[in-house]
Amino acid sequence: MSEELFPEPEWLSEEVKTGTTIIAVTFDGGVVLGSDSRVSAGESVVNRVMNKLSPLHDKIYCALSGSAADAQTIAEIVNYQLDVHSYLSPMSYDPLVCSAATLVKNISYKYKEELSAHLIVAGWDRKKGGQVYATLNGLLSRQPFAIGGSGSFYINGFVDAEYRKNMTKRESQEFVVNALTLAMGRDGSSGGVAYVVTIDKDGAEEKCVLGNELPKFFDE
Amino acid sequence: MRLANTSVAVSDERAHTAQSLSGDAYATFIHDLYVEFLIMDSHHSYSQVKGVSTGTTILAVKFNGGVIIGSDSRASMGESYVSSKTINKLIQVHDRIFCCIAGSLADAQAVTKMAKFQLSFHSIQMESPPLVKAAASIMRELCYNNKEELQAGFITAGWDRKKGPQIYVVSLGGMLLSQPYTIGGSGSTYIYGYVDAKFKPDMSLEEATQFSTNALALAMGRDNVSGGVVHLVVITEAEVKHVVVPGNKLPKFHDE
Repeated sequence: MSEELFPEPEWLSEEVKTGTTIIAVTFDGGVVLGSDSRVSAGESVVNRVMNKLSPLHDKIYCALSGSAADAQTIAEIVNYQLDVHSYLSPMSYDPLVCSAATLVKNISYKYKEELSAHLIVAGWDRKKGGQVYATLNGLLSRQPFAIGGSGSFYINGFVDAEYRKNMTKRESQEFVVNALTLAMGRDGSSGGVAYVVTIDKDGAEEKCVLGNELPKFFDE
Repeated sequence: MRLANTSVAVSDERAHTAQSLSGDAYATFIHDLYVEFLIMDSHHSYSQVKGVSTGTTILAVKFNGGVIIGSDSRASMGESYVSSKTINKLIQVHDRIFCCIAGSLADAQAVTKMAKFQLSFHSIQMESPPLVKAAASIMRELCYNNKEELQAGFITAGWDRKKGPQIYVVSLGGMLLSQPYTIGGSGSTYIYGYVDAKFKPDMSLEEATQFSTNALALAMGRDNVSGGVVHLVVITEAEVKHVVVPGNKLPKFHDE
């Protein structure tokens, strides 16, 4: 009788997912990554300020989506593997974005049955400049921009229409913030603040755009 | 055995027979009825899954002086067969009132036929063209009262003398809502961001047409059960204009 009156809260038994919106865009000279900050377990928000943009190296970041635990673990493992790679190889320069993306892809593909996380890897290297790689389910695909997470469905049309090649740094940052705002407005599992990371040849710059600073769109 | 709180339509003769039963015989009667209901119900939902469904994208937008209602033209069966490439999902229920349908095609056709009949009767009684809200209310009544069997949502848009251009959306369970713009169907999830960003109140006819065509083209580009051509109907006080934009004239975006 008492079990029925006070059932165990759903969020204790539900898997923690970063139902999310993540986006990465190349511009002339680098990349911009963006994400929302909501982590949900079933219907509850368990963390409203999580930064889903995780550094893999100085100028390579990845954006996490899917199961929070899986995504974080993959990011940590690849961070470690990249450190070993750049330490052991006789290189005097930073690892390539392609290497980081391949390491992520290897893990996603090998453990594809057990894991459910999608990471977007983006960064700058001296060989090919700014690059964005999508690694969904073990696929490795280089793209001019990539979106992921549950909120990304709602902005497919918007990013298709608004993306232009060779945007400036400012325009790409605006594009990312606009896309995140629109997705957070429609997806129940995305919200909170927007984290934006800009990576170019000088390094990575992190920024947090608070809820009330986000752009407003037509709303009746 | 616990029965869910359900009411089942039974023929008169059977109901009459039931009244004369008592005790065990009555319990058996109810039990048989329940089993029959379960079988019927499972067949019913099976056929709904396999039937022709308009995996679709529909939208309606209000502009300065009228409304535009638009849709794609693909009807699919299951997830991989396109049963029609050029179906028209914009149904005229009265001179200046149109409906578009998303969901099971059979349900939608049945409901709109009934609504058309009721609406024409209503407008004869009132001796004036019907209000858009009246048309939407009829759809809502039908959807709400038959919510267990139906699997379709509607957008009703049109022009009337009282309030000018209006858009009403009747969702799956029978909720009625008035909105300045609305999108529906499976393809609509991909363009929520686009329409939220691009809609402005009081657009001109050209801007509204461009907005609708772009939105539908983007949705058709991402949703595999939407496609074909774009059907648009422009409704104003003066006239009703049907515009078809074929596949090769659709706007192209950066990766095409």
